Amino acid sequence: MHFSKMLLMAEGEMPLEIDAEIRDGSVTTIYGKSGAGKTSLLRILAGLLQPEEGFIEVDGEVWLDTKKRINLPVQKRKTGFVFQDFALFPNMTVAENLRYAASQKNSDTFLKELLGMVSLEQLADRKPDTLSGGQKQRVALIRALIIEPRILLLDEPLSALDTEMRSILREEIYQLHQKFNLTTLLVSHDMGEIYRLSDNVIHIDKGKIIDTGTPHDVFGASRLSSKIQLTAEVLRINRTDVVNVVEVLIGNTIVKVIATDEEVSDLNIGDKVMLFSKAFNPMIQKIG
Amino acid sequence: MGIDLEPLWLTLELALSTTVILLVIGVPLASYLAFRSFRMKSVVEAIISLPLVLPPTVLGFYFLLAFSPGNAFGKMLESVFDIRLIFTFSGLIAGSVIYSLPFMVHPIQAGLQGLPTSLKEASYTLGKSKTETLFKVLLPNIKPALLTGIVLSFAHTIGEFGVVLMIGGSIPGQTKVASIAIYDEVEALNYSAAHFYSFLLLIVSFSILLLVFIINKRLIRRGQNL
Repeated sequence: MHFSKMLLMAEGEMPLEIDAEIRDGSVTTIYGKSGAGKTSLLRILAGLLQPEEGFIEVDGEVWLDTKKRINLPVQKRKTGFVFQDFALFPNMTVAENLRYAASQKNSDTFLKELLGMVSLEQLADRKPDTLSGGQKQRVALIRALIIEPRILLLDEPLSALDTEMRSILREEIYQLHQKFNLTTLLVSHDMGEIYRLSDNVIHIDKGKIIDTGTPHDVFGASRLSSKIQLTAEVLRINRTDVVNVVEVLIGNTIVKVIATDEEVSDLNIGDKVMLFSKAFNPMIQKIG
Repeated sequence: MGIDLEPLWLTLELALSTTVILLVIGVPLASYLAFRSFRMKSVVEAIISLPLVLPPTVLGFYFLLAFSPGNAFGKMLESVFDIRLIFTFSGLIAGSVIYSLPFMVHPIQAGLQGLPTSLKEASYTLGKSKTETLFKVLLPNIKPALLTGIVLSFAHTIGEFGVVLMIGGSIPGQTKVASIAIYDEVEALNYSAAHFYSFLLLIVSFSILLLVFIINKRLIRRGQNL
């Protein structure tokens, strides 16, 4: 898969220039600040947004070639797109949503099998409005899978959910990916999600790729010779005369860390930081 | 009392046919306006909205000129399609359709624009055509807007007077609808007949609107709870 494209965004006319190759069957995360062009990238791939120029080839099939005036319409691209707001059709029940997506050849048994995989058989006759966020997410996911897509595009699939639900669904997405072995592109900010799910990360900023590689490569983890690395978010910085105490959030746990003046000088609340520790000083104790 | 019921039936027939025709042309028009942007879009929107502000007599006057067989358009209609729109029931329908167009198009257009774009896009990524998306996904989710459009067009056609008078005149059984009949009866100082028509129209209009509000309330509540 190659694609390179250029697009003028509404706010401040930002060019989005992407040139990347995505390995068949891999999960690639697109990472970056909001407004960096992540969602636009997915939308261009799906054919929902037309770039001024570009070339997209998937599995040897040309989807877009502005030079040759080829532009495969969105309906023919067979992308499984999971929207941030799930986009379930409110007028249809869960089963109807899936049946609408399914082509004639998809049998009802396949439909039931998919529902069973995410344990939603009981809810088949419910309307989307009555489902919880996690359930909606699952329906959206299997609705995207039922068309047997060429690539799966997930736009911040877990951002609307709470932490607990996230980790459950993260596992489910992982399992589904293992089963269908689908080339997947995922927009995400969540480190846990990225590390668990993705083989590759494309880090984009202001419409340009600034880094690509495995999660380890991109987030600098492998460049340090430490043994324990945790990514965390700064919650509070207590500056005192003697010592600075920084409270950080790792997953769901708040950890207090002592830091020097120099270390806290450019820290702000909300910053993503990495905690690391050399081999000898962490202590270990069995908890059950 | 020997009151002629024909104008009432005529009104009903006119309102029904107008509404059906408006539904057929209003839905595609509204979805086109809701989802496309093109040059001159504002011009098209302004033209559709014209009947909201123009006195009906102005509209009726121009229809009269346009449809009259003495003019190119009227002549063409008559020679090619063998249709005469002046002082005929079909003429009333044609006039009413244009006159009530904004009442059908605006609610549907607003309803469609109010839906999240992701619904439409999700349907497209599932390989569904624009038409299938419109009928199976978009329209079923804007039932209150559709109902509003239908009822407003219907009610507006019932209450129409100026356009009808200009292009239809007052031919009994052809173009003499209830609103015209009321005018005629008042002019003839026949207040009891005028009162009969007026009161019936009042009751009918009120019941229609009441029904719409009740149904809409239920539709919206169901949309929230279920």
